[in-house]
Amino acid sequence: MGNRFHSVTLDTDACKGCINCIKRCPTEAIRVRDGKAHIITERCIDCGECIRVCPNHAKKAVYDSLSIIDDYEYTIALPAPSLYGQFNNLDDKEIVLDALLKMGFDAVYEVAAAAEIVSDATRKLMKQGALKLPVISSACPAVVRLIRVRFHELIPNILPLHAPIELAARIAKKKAANLTGLPMEKIGAIFISPCPAKVSAIRYPLGAQKSYVDGAVAMSEVYPRLIHLMKELEDEDQSDKVVDAGRIGVGWASSGGEAAALINENYLAADGIENVIKVLEDLEDERFSGLEFVELNACSGGCVGGVLTVENPYIAKAKLKRLRKYLPVSCNHLRDERMSKLEWDAPLDKSNALQLDQDMNKAMEKLNEMEEIVSRLHGLDCGSCGAPSCMALAEDVVRGFAQEEDCIFNMKEQMEEFLEQMADQKSYIEPPFTIKKGREEKE
Amino acid sequence: MSAPVILKYSVPGDDFTRAGEASSAVKKALKKLGVAPDVIRKVAIAMYEGEINMVIHADGGEITVEITPEYVNMVLADTGPGIADIDLAMKEGYSTAPDNVRSLGFGAGMGLPNMKKYTDEMKVESQVGVGTTVTMRVYVQP
Repeated sequence: MGNRFHSVTLDTDACKGCINCIKRCPTEAIRVRDGKAHIITERCIDCGECIRVCPNHAKKAVYDSLSIIDDYEYTIALPAPSLYGQFNNLDDKEIVLDALLKMGFDAVYEVAAAAEIVSDATRKLMKQGALKLPVISSACPAVVRLIRVRFHELIPNILPLHAPIELAARIAKKKAANLTGLPMEKIGAIFISPCPAKVSAIRYPLGAQKSYVDGAVAMSEVYPRLIHLMKELEDEDQSDKVVDAGRIGVGWASSGGEAAALINENYLAADGIENVIKVLEDLEDERFSGLEFVELNACSGGCVGGVLTVENPYIAKAKLKRLRKYLPVSCNHLRDERMSKLEWDAPLDKSNALQLDQDMNKAMEKLNEMEEIVSRLHGLDCGSCGAPSCMALAEDVVRGFAQEEDCIFNMKEQMEEFLEQMADQKSYIEPPFTIKKGREEKE
Repeated sequence: MSAPVILKYSVPGDDFTRAGEASSAVKKALKKLGVAPDVIRKVAIAMYEGEINMVIHADGGEITVEITPEYVNMVLADTGPGIADIDLAMKEGYSTAPDNVRSLGFGAGMGLPNMKKYTDEMKVESQVGVGTTVTMRVYVQP
């Protein structure tokens, strides 16, 4: 599968060619070449770690500007549950939803509402025994992409249901079409997103032919305007309340929320990309038994930890706890929608980005060559060559993207050897000119 | 036909937390070679069980893995106490693991049976007081 769009891009002027991002990338998808970082697109899972770690702010998330509202006759805001964790002293979320309307959207549909339907559907499917255990959540697109690239054996375990955002767009757009009589293409469903992975998932969907979400704006960009509008609204009578979502839906904003909604204690919830990888490694080796559901979030703390959020993820989680306290348990159920509307309409295929060669014999030759190269390198994994580790440099060499001489330690040794030879040669090679002795005396 | 890929690992005997490193590295190599996921899983599980056994019973040992387009061969050799009755050791639920190991969730007597279950061929050679060598093979092509 050739790539495609990524929601992480590089500001080449700001990039200093340091090695922070290459070392942190969980799929070793970044190299520094000619002094600038480059993303190997087939490997990138849009997790946003490089955005988080770049000291020069050269890695940027791509998202739509709010002016996207003008491209449609009728627009629906789809706020992620994590949005509610960004504000202080929020006792009810209606004021946030009203502020979104005031901002220019014609309607608001909470992604948390769709999340409740996904939770209900997951409970039903698990009860029917229709899913391969342990079921792995498909809500975090970075995790789904990571499994596609690195954990092929676990693809059948992924919950084959649309993520809440996709379902939310489908429900909200249909509703809007019925209400307004407008054709689908004139209705814009715009996601208020906590992370770039979800932005990618819209343009390059997972488990769907085409995403119904028409655009995504960054939570961090909407935030200042929302705050302002919410202040104004405090003095006004509130409008009719928009779609409701309860405790279960809002709980999806942080790690453990989706799993807790299943009312099944045999679950595991892990967050932070490194922890997620460890769990996937162990799942692959069947090291847990009796586990039924696995919730994995690439960001620490869950979606509240997304790089497009404003608030510290743990503080956001605490704020949500307060908000959830007064909410009904759940306001949405599967009976409102057909199961087929939730099910993936395209299969999730594996990515062979890590494979050295299509032909196993050739791959073996390359692997052997890599081992030889690594034995000649110094094993410092310093990153100075632009690859994250000595093994990665060796792989780049056999793939034809780099040379062994890119290792600065090897180069230093070669230089030293050369200088030594020069020094040795000096002792027996006659200089090409002669200095006449006694010249000084004459003058 | 290219030369087989040979990978060698030393399993330390005194550090439980490092068990599984070798199987993890082999898994990574097999993924680079594009080996089918179910084959990778079988190799990883069998080898992990073997590594744990070497740590619990034999104070570590050496692992040699040979990968060819036809099969993956794993030889796990230790110089531990040896197995007196191999047939008994192969029985599910039979274990001589000490209590401190059991308290970590190991020692259920499923190590050797699982290794047999997940591999296509397995041979255990052991001499009391000298050591044990387990040879396992998983076929790459079905």
